[in-house]
Amino acid sequence: MFGFILRRVGMLIPTFIGVSLVSFFFIRLIPGDPIILMSGERGISPERYAQFQELFGYNKPIIVQYFDYLLAVLQGDLGKSISTKLPVWSEFFVRFPATLELSFVAIFLAVTIGVPAGIIAAVKRATSVDHSIMGIALVGYSMPIFWSALMMIIVFSGMLGWTPVSGRLSFMFFPESITGFMLVDTWLSGEKGAFASAVHHLVLPSIALATIPLAVIARQTRSAMLEVLGEDYIRTARAKGLGRRRVIGLHALRNALIPVITTIGLQVGVLMAGAILTETIFSWPGIGKWMVESISRRDYPVIQGGLLMIAFLVMFVNLMVDLLYGLINPRIRHQ
Amino acid sequence: MNTITKLLAATALIAGLSSAAEAKTLVFCSEGSPENFSAALSTAGTTFDASSRQLYNRLVEFDRGTTNIVPALAESYSVSDDALEYTFNLRKGVKFHTTKEFTPTRDFNADDVLFSFNRQWKENHPFHQVNGATYTYFGAMSMGEIIADIVKVDDYTVKFVLAKPEAPFIANIAMDFASIQSAEYADQLAAADNKDAIDHKAVGTGPFQLVSYQQDAVIRYSAHPGYWAGKALIDNLIFAITPDAAVRYQKLKAGECHIMPYPNPADLAAMAKEKDITLMKQEGLNVGYLAYNTQKENFKDVRVRLALNMAINKQAILDAVFQGAGKAAKNPLPPTIWSYNEDTPDDVYDPVAAKALLSEAGKAGMKTNIWAMPVQRPYNPAARRMAELIQADWAAIGVEAEIISFEWGEYLTRSRAGEHETVLLGWTGDNGDPDNFLYVLLSCAAAENGSNRARWCNAEFDGLLRAAKETADVAERTRLYKEAQVVFKREAPWATIAHSLVFKPVRNEVVDFRIDPFGGHMFYGVDIKE
Repeated sequence: MFGFILRRVGMLIPTFIGVSLVSFFFIRLIPGDPIILMSGERGISPERYAQFQELFGYNKPIIVQYFDYLLAVLQGDLGKSISTKLPVWSEFFVRFPATLELSFVAIFLAVTIGVPAGIIAAVKRATSVDHSIMGIALVGYSMPIFWSALMMIIVFSGMLGWTPVSGRLSFMFFPESITGFMLVDTWLSGEKGAFASAVHHLVLPSIALATIPLAVIARQTRSAMLEVLGEDYIRTARAKGLGRRRVIGLHALRNALIPVITTIGLQVGVLMAGAILTETIFSWPGIGKWMVESISRRDYPVIQGGLLMIAFLVMFVNLMVDLLYGLINPRIRHQ
Repeated sequence: MNTITKLLAATALIAGLSSAAEAKTLVFCSEGSPENFSAALSTAGTTFDASSRQLYNRLVEFDRGTTNIVPALAESYSVSDDALEYTFNLRKGVKFHTTKEFTPTRDFNADDVLFSFNRQWKENHPFHQVNGATYTYFGAMSMGEIIADIVKVDDYTVKFVLAKPEAPFIANIAMDFASIQSAEYADQLAAADNKDAIDHKAVGTGPFQLVSYQQDAVIRYSAHPGYWAGKALIDNLIFAITPDAAVRYQKLKAGECHIMPYPNPADLAAMAKEKDITLMKQEGLNVGYLAYNTQKENFKDVRVRLALNMAINKQAILDAVFQGAGKAAKNPLPPTIWSYNEDTPDDVYDPVAAKALLSEAGKAGMKTNIWAMPVQRPYNPAARRMAELIQADWAAIGVEAEIISFEWGEYLTRSRAGEHETVLLGWTGDNGDPDNFLYVLLSCAAAENGSNRARWCNAEFDGLLRAAKETADVAERTRLYKEAQVVFKREAPWATIAHSLVFKPVRNEVVDFRIDPFGGHMFYGVDIKE
């Protein structure tokens, strides 16, 4: 098991270097100079431009800039934001709990609804139940988040008044930020109604963010289940008189779970992409919104650092998924 | 009980005030996050709203809702006869904010003025490099070249010595970047080796003090109890950061905020019909224009420029691009600025005469290009659409124009270098002084540095602008600027297109909110009906 983990971790190193290369060079390929954008219509004199270039280190050859950056990253320094002048590291960790909380709730919703929905659709194959579930999944998958999120706000917040329009917590409450996770902080604060307000604020954004992963997981579960349900050992299990629940729940589901777990792992990357839109629409103060604003400002240190951290996160989750395979199917561990 | 009433009650509770009804909280759905809480470090209106306009004061300021300059931290000032020395008499008894990090032991004085300006000006100042500051606005307004010396005459008198007469100087120091920080706080931070905090944990003399900032989410302020002009009418001010305009509108409707900036043009009609919302509007301090590159062969002849101006149907542009949120521009100055020349006649829309004039200039059937911005700006909500309309207008008189666009930074750089034939651009005023439009955009110096996109250098026009810089007499300056506008119109380096209107949806319970001509949001003096 230790060798298995070591191999997987070893594979992360070239991936990490690749991400650092892509994040560093691609952002510089996009037209737009942060110093010019910062100056806007007012412009900047060549002398001041040169001063800024020196200040930010942009006057050095790009390869030198890259290695300076890589060296700093290895020492745990992601640089400072051009716009806020704060360390990228601290900016990331202030916002990360908000994204993690939202993503966790979204993936929880996606899995707890998506997997059972996929199983039901597979078991009730070609019935109206199957068609309905897959139809809803297709609609969920097809709807762009920016549109579905806005529609949800207009209907549930604007017209029906069931949920708050945006934000993480009502301004009525002012809990101390201990963990950065609003559900935890409001719970710890003991303020009456604060936790409920945090939950209330999570409803729409987490549903909006969960929609696409939920649809993908439901479809993947159905397809994996259908494949497994046609296997000989399932027929054998049925033939020897095992109960329907036991056949589906133990024999079929366990084997169908491998591709489903792969899908769930991959959905973490999708969640990060979705979080960018969801957070912007719901004014959710997470890393997605932070990245969007930084890209428009060409805030290179933030984009590089943010991408690196997000990539690290996705890689970490996928490593966890790899390890989970081993638990579900011990044969994978020994390969 | 609507949401805001609940908020008021709850915030009062949190603040520990004796009765919920006594505390008034105003929620502003702001459009973005501030970069920091120091206007000297920024050029963004979002940062100014969160910092200089609530937390700080300047020596002189713009009267709320106008471009008039009024005393603030300086009770009065005098100008020497040679217009080279400005002496400011500072207000006594002005208190800085008391925060968790800082308790002031003295009132505001000349040391704070020297600290705030020298920090931006002197490269060897101990705070100059703090937070990687670039002091973009201080540089953009050429303050480093304008100021020759700053002298502390005594604790309550400061003298600015200028390198050359510069009448707009007084308007410059009313701008956000000239906000006054506390020298005592700076000393304390320096001693604690925590200089960076000066721009993040702000301490000013302004009407509100910073309580907390949750990045990208919410900024909380409370009224400064010792504010020199009297405590604000509201007790708490909250900025609910809401980047999406459609979401801001939903929050306003739901009563989750009182005021929202930058509504979607498409939502304006619906907003006007809302019974709980008042849609305020005012002409913006801006101008959107099409500059002819007068150094290109096609546009050296004034007749060509006049002909093309006559061919543009401005009303069609106002209808299609501004959708009612714009006013036709005839001068390079917006009408809200002093010295605006009412008597200037606007270009007449006359394609037949335009075609004839173009033939007379020997440019019938000419080919050119129109550069269209890739971004939405306050003075031009849809540059591409505007370019298409102008292209069609010009096609009607036989002029073939290709529309060209680049990424915004690229667009600014290339147009500054003069690569264009014609370019769509615009300007929003910084300080309410006509010089800030005319000299910055149309002087010979601006033609050299590229901010004059017409690259037009007219000795008569430039002489008028320089004369206006050298006198502090407003009546004389007005006369000079009015004359300059006549020259501008005669020479037509631009097609002046429009001044956009600024819309501000405000809930009905808000009292005395005023639209700021500079696009800012000030909440001192604003109240909420019980």
